[in-house]
Amino acid sequence: MTDIPASALLSLENITKRFGPLVANDGISLSLQRGEILALLGENGAGKTTLMNILFGHYVQDEGVVRVAGKNGLETLPSGSPGAALAAGVGMVHQHFTLAENLSGLANIRLGTEALLSLGRASAARRKIEQIIAESGLTVDLDRRVADLTVGEKQRVEILKALYRDAKVLILDEPTAVLTPQEADGLFVVLRRLAANGLGVIFISHKLGEVLAISNRILVLRAGRKAGELVSATADRRAIADLMVGKAVAEVTRAPAKPGAALMAFDKVSLRQGASRQSLRKVSFELRAGEIVGLAGVSGNGQAGIAALISGLAVPSEGELLLYGKPIHRADPRALVAAGVARMPEDRQHDGVVGTMSVADNIAIEEVRSPAFSRSGWLDRKAMRARAQSAIAAYDVRCLGPDAEARLLSGGNVQKLILARVLEREPRVILANQPTRGLDVGAQAEVHRRIIAARDRGAAVMVISEDLDELFALSDRFLVAHEGEITDAGPAEGLDRSTIGLLMAGHSAAAEGLAS
Amino acid sequence: MDVLFDILGSANFWAAAIRIATPLIFGVLGALICERAGVLNLGIEGIFVAGAMAGWLAVYLGAGLWGGVLVAALAGALFGLLHAILTVVLGLSQHVSGIGITLLATSVSYFTYRTALPDVSTPPRIAAFQPINIAGLSDIPFLGPALFQQTPMTFLALAFVAIIAFVLYRTPLGLAIRAVGDNPASVEAQGLSVRGLRIGAVVAGSALMALGGAFLTMSAFDAFFFGMVNGRGWICIALVVFASWQPGKALLGALLFGAFDAFQIRLQAQIGQVVPGQVFLMLPYLLSIVALILVARRADYPRALLQPWTKGQRH
Repeated sequence: MTDIPASALLSLENITKRFGPLVANDGISLSLQRGEILALLGENGAGKTTLMNILFGHYVQDEGVVRVAGKNGLETLPSGSPGAALAAGVGMVHQHFTLAENLSGLANIRLGTEALLSLGRASAARRKIEQIIAESGLTVDLDRRVADLTVGEKQRVEILKALYRDAKVLILDEPTAVLTPQEADGLFVVLRRLAANGLGVIFISHKLGEVLAISNRILVLRAGRKAGELVSATADRRAIADLMVGKAVAEVTRAPAKPGAALMAFDKVSLRQGASRQSLRKVSFELRAGEIVGLAGVSGNGQAGIAALISGLAVPSEGELLLYGKPIHRADPRALVAAGVARMPEDRQHDGVVGTMSVADNIAIEEVRSPAFSRSGWLDRKAMRARAQSAIAAYDVRCLGPDAEARLLSGGNVQKLILARVLEREPRVILANQPTRGLDVGAQAEVHRRIIAARDRGAAVMVISEDLDELFALSDRFLVAHEGEITDAGPAEGLDRSTIGLLMAGHSAAAEGLAS
Repeated sequence: MDVLFDILGSANFWAAAIRIATPLIFGVLGALICERAGVLNLGIEGIFVAGAMAGWLAVYLGAGLWGGVLVAALAGALFGLLHAILTVVLGLSQHVSGIGITLLATSVSYFTYRTALPDVSTPPRIAAFQPINIAGLSDIPFLGPALFQQTPMTFLALAFVAIIAFVLYRTPLGLAIRAVGDNPASVEAQGLSVRGLRIGAVVAGSALMALGGAFLTMSAFDAFFFGMVNGRGWICIALVVFASWQPGKALLGALLFGAFDAFQIRLQAQIGQVVPGQVFLMLPYLLSIVALILVARRADYPRALLQPWTKGQRH
């Protein structure tokens, strides 16, 4: 114990955790000091969340010890008990919030802190929470139902839950994934203030930039192992990225586009969804072979309508949508798929896969009627599994095999599965809606490479994204959506972020500037 | 219209409505507790039968009336425990397990009754609960006979409405029950046992359901008949939705149903020659379906209802 400083709050020693044949954590050790913000950085599936779930008692480790500062220095924490972790002063803010939405913020914070068979201490609890709010700046309306709170407010309730229990260690799992940039900045201010008061913070993330901004020390995990440990102030971005993926991240390069014929064309298309909402107004543009069109815009400005039309989930209320020169009159996704349209949906976990079905089923799901996967109405399971096997290998889908349930895959691997499903058919038109949202650097580069390769093969691609960096990395031409109208911003060369930003905000002057 | 006012104007009608509502109050409260914790208990119909039989048999064999009530509650708790083991511990389908409990509890009750009394042809009777007079209240003209001349079990049912509302909304236990039915992860992350809470809620809820059955054999009637529960459990399942899982509205729903039923009996006597009797029997059920359509579309379901919880599983 001599090598552990007196201010140590926490030490994890040689933690190993296996899920079946998968080793999620392989002999990982870490320590945390008072007032320190430690970042746990790694790609999706590197084992960050698993490690923290062991620390918090959701999972039981197969090997290793967790020690938390107690009265007699560092004391061993019983495994598999969130109650024990809470009592020892470990608080955790999960990526998916653990809040009862039918209760108020106050009730959620009190939950489990008072004897069940008692009348409770609601007013004493309120006083203590209000004091914590005043000290930390975590402002939230305690009496409002959690269901009615914004995502940022829900997160504050989660942090208050931990602080109310006098947490010494606060674990935050991907806390910025759900926040706007402004909300994230606010969170960082709070975390720095809490750390200054002696709280130890473990910050799980796969975003390099924010990790460098907030943390004192960085622990990089890769494939379940500790890949390196660095001091944030002196760390080099490039070196950390390489540590994360285990090899130098190749820059995705892109040859100039050679646009061919228009494969899909919107001709003064209007779309009404619901009773009164007009989601698109007289939109005209073309998707040409061998070209990637990026659609920029603040979410909710008509992107969903464009995506629904290209996917075959809707038909224009007015105007014409032409595929290979022929108008589409009926919403028929299957016919579109058969005609060579590939869809990567925005909500890939929800709309892209059937979670309770196997990887093989999900690979085959769009073309179960094709001769490749069925014979006279009977599924050809062998062919489905064989295709899944080759897709898993070719697209590096990390899973336990063709029979694994799709819901067990991480976000990046679900996206690779979808890529494998739609690209193997060599589609002529591709819709990539938020193709890398929530993915780590490695998976992002992989998805981008695949999309560019499809373009070079002659596919017409539309990328819808809220990430401008991504759009600039991929797009040959820019469209900008604002309040259901689409502005053609022209070729990507010569465009900069501020011009796109102005168009996104609806400044038509920017468009006029483009024309002149 | 005169017929309508004649019926609504009689104290006797309101007394009957409350009497008919009493077993439903027990049942709907029991179902409400289970569902608030996230477990649908379709064993309710069978648990009613078990409560009716067990309570009655205990008194027939010499126990006191309140002893009978206790035995009924224990019988209900036992079947509740079985349902909890199947659905909470083993994570089986709540629908399938519930229907199974109903079939099992009904058959076991009939079997026990036949085994205990192999030779009787007319159901033996016990000295059942009698209406009590509450000094002062029961003597108020109209209101007294309408509201305050009921058996002790009716007052017990009304007391439970208040107790359960208080526990659900004013105590840490109620907080935990409401949370576990909305998002079990919230409960586990705060160091409480999801299983413990759910098992407890199902056992307690089932005990209450059994009291609904016991009311039938020990208050409303004084004997046990086959088929006497007659769908009351199923009505409770619908009433919980009608009540949006709130005890106060549950009481209202049960009273409303009781009023419909009392009303149809009296309407039948008045104009039974013109309209076939079966139409009147349908009336309360039809009206409860209409009420459900109006209310339930806006209902705020416990989000985790029907979802089993496995600790340590990836969600």
